[in-house]
Amino acid sequence: MSDYREMWSHLGLDLKSHDALLTTLGSAYRDIFLSQKDRPEGMKYFDFVMSEVHGLRIKELMDAKAQGRIVIGSYCTFVTEELILAVDGISVGLCAGAEFNFAGAEEVLPRNLCPLIKSAFGFKMGKVCPYIEASDVVVGENTCDGKKKSYEVLSQMVKDLFIMDLPQMKSETGKQLLKAEYRRFVEKLEAVSGRKITADALRKGIETTNAKRSAVKRLAAIRKADPAPISGLDALLVNQIFFFDDPARFTDSVNKLCDELEERVGKGAGVFPKGTARVLISGCPMAVPNWKVPAIVESSNAVIVGEESCIGERGAQWLTDGQGNTVEDLLERITERYFKIDCAVFTPNASRVDHVREMAEKYDADGVIHYSLQFCQPYIIESGPAERELEKQGIPTLRLETDYSQEDTGQLRTRVEAFVERLRGR
Amino acid sequence: MRIAGIDIGSRTVKLVVVEGGNVVFAKKRITSHDPLVTTRELLRGVPYDRAVATGYGRHLLKRYIDCDIISEIKAFALGAKALVPSCRTILDIGGQDTKAISLNEAGAMNKFEMNDKCAAGTGRFLEVMATALGFSLVDFAAAALSAVRAEKINSMCTVFAESEVISLVAQGARRSEVALGIHGSIVSRSVALLNRVGVRGDIVFAGGVALNSCVRQLIDSRIAMHVVVPDDPQIIGALGAALYGEQH
Repeated sequence: MSDYREMWSHLGLDLKSHDALLTTLGSAYRDIFLSQKDRPEGMKYFDFVMSEVHGLRIKELMDAKAQGRIVIGSYCTFVTEELILAVDGISVGLCAGAEFNFAGAEEVLPRNLCPLIKSAFGFKMGKVCPYIEASDVVVGENTCDGKKKSYEVLSQMVKDLFIMDLPQMKSETGKQLLKAEYRRFVEKLEAVSGRKITADALRKGIETTNAKRSAVKRLAAIRKADPAPISGLDALLVNQIFFFDDPARFTDSVNKLCDELEERVGKGAGVFPKGTARVLISGCPMAVPNWKVPAIVESSNAVIVGEESCIGERGAQWLTDGQGNTVEDLLERITERYFKIDCAVFTPNASRVDHVREMAEKYDADGVIHYSLQFCQPYIIESGPAERELEKQGIPTLRLETDYSQEDTGQLRTRVEAFVERLRGR
Repeated sequence: MRIAGIDIGSRTVKLVVVEGGNVVFAKKRITSHDPLVTTRELLRGVPYDRAVATGYGRHLLKRYIDCDIISEIKAFALGAKALVPSCRTILDIGGQDTKAISLNEAGAMNKFEMNDKCAAGTGRFLEVMATALGFSLVDFAAAALSAVRAEKINSMCTVFAESEVISLVAQGARRSEVALGIHGSIVSRSVALLNRVGVRGDIVFAGGVALNSCVRQLIDSRIAMHVVVPDDPQIIGALGAALYGEQH
C-alpha cells in the first residue's frame, strides 16, 4: 500500500484515530470475508477496492478534483447519480456503517437515535471519513425525521450541505415535489461545477448509471442458483462498493465476476452445499462495514440470496429510461424512476411487501429476515405488517432489530439458528 | 444408546440423559463464572454415548466436547412436546431470555419471539428485584402472593426498575405490594410475547421462572388456555436436546 498519510493530513483527518479505524476494519475484513471458502476469483478486485478504500480511491478523488471535477457525498439512494455524472462529477456514499466515536456523536445528538445517523456524525466529528472531507457538496435528504433533523446539526460541520426535500406519499403532488427538488439539484450542481447540464451529457450519465445497475441486477439473478455460486456477504460487499467506486470500472468488474459465476452455475459449483437454507434479507440498508447480521446468518447453516434494501435491490432494480430530447424530458424520466423506490418513509408503502414476496420467489428463498436498525421507526413499524403478510402467504419471516454494537451477537445468533432450524424443518 | 442433553443457560447448567425415550438421569448446577468447568463437573462420571448441547454456552462447549448443537428454541419445542403432546405454545422464562414459541399441528417449531437483548423481564430481573427488597426468591413470591393490591412498576429495564423499587420503598410502599407489582410486570410482558406468536392449544410454561408460584398464578389468571408447568420446568431444554440426539 502506498503512503497516503500526507493526503489524509491534508484532508484534515485525525491520523491516530484513522490508523486505529483501518486496523479494525482490516481485521474484520480478514475474519469475515477472506476466511470464506471457495470465493470467486472475481472477488479479488473488490478485495483490492476494500484494501484501498481510504487510499487509492481517495487519491483518485483528489486527482479528479485537481482537474476541476466535483465530488458529491450523500447518504441516500434518492440522490441521483445521473445528474452528478452529467456535470462530470463523482458521486460517493459517505461513511455511516460502523460504531465509531458514538460518544462524540452523542454530544450533539440524542442517544436513542439510529446507529446509521450516529455513525455518520461519529465519523465526521472523529475526523476519520476521507470521503466527507473530499466532498465539495454533501447532500442531505428528508427521508426519516432522524436524518432530517440531524442534518440541521450537520450543516454546522460541513462547508456545503444541500438539503433535498423528499415526498412522503406516492401522489401526483409528491411526484411533482420530487421533480422540483431534482431541478433544484440540477441548479446546485451547475453552480458548483460551473458546467451546464446538456441533454447529451445527461443521457450519458443515465447510460453509465444504468450499466452499473444492470450489472448488479445480473449478479442478483445469478444468485437464484442452488448451490449459491457466491455468498451473500460477497454479494452485499459488491452492492456496498456500488456507492463509491468508479462506475465504469465497477460495472466492468461486476460483469467479469458474473461471467465467472455463470460458469460456476453451469458446473453446479457453489460456496455452500446444495440444499442449504436460503434467506432473503429485507429492510434497512447495511452500509460498509456493517456486515454483522449477514456474517451471523452465513455461519449458521444458511446462505443469503438477496437484499431487499437500498444497498441492494430496492436501490438498483429500476433503470432510468434514457429516451428524451431535452433535459426537461430526461428529468421527467429520472423522476419517474426514483419515484418507484419503495422506501419505508412513504405512506402507504404497500408495494414494498409485494417486492419482498416477488424477490423471495425469484431467488427461491426459504424465508425472509426483516432487518431493522434500532430506532428506525419507518422500517420497524413496517416490519410488523410485513411479517404478518409474508407469513400469511407461507413465507417464514424473522424480524431482527439491532444496532452496530457486538453486544447482542449471542442473542441474534440464537434467533437466526432457530429460524434456520425452522426453515430446515419444513 | 444413551444421549446426554446439556443446556448451558446463563444461570444454570442442566443435564438430562435419555435412553430409549426415557429420562434416566437429570442434574443441574449453577453456571458460575466458568460454564465450561461447571459443565465438565456435571458430566463427570455420567456415562453417555452422544451429546447434544443447547443454551447460550452451546458454541463454547462444542469447541471442547464432541457434540451436536441446537438452538434453545428448538430444544424447548422438542422437550415440551415430548412431555405434553397436546402442547402448541411454549413460554420459557430463563435467566436472561424470555421466549414464546408456537408449534404447528405436527409439533414442529413455527413462530418464536424473544425479549430484547437486555435482561428485562427475565429471571435475572426477578433476582435483582428480590435483592432490592431484601427477600429470598421463595419469600419474594410468597410475599407477592400475600398482597391484595399491587404497586405499579413502570420500568422493565432491570436497572431503572431497581431505582423505581427503591424509591417506592422510600415513599413507604408495602414490600409485598411492590413485590406483586414486579411479578405483574414480568407477566404482562410475557403475555405480550405469547400473543405475538399466537396462543393456541395447551401451553407449557418452562424455565427457572416457572418455579415461581406467583408468576405461575398470574400467568394462569391472564390466559384462558390450560397452562402446564412440568415437574422440573428447568430441564426442558436439556431434555429436548437429548431427544434431538435420539431422533438424529
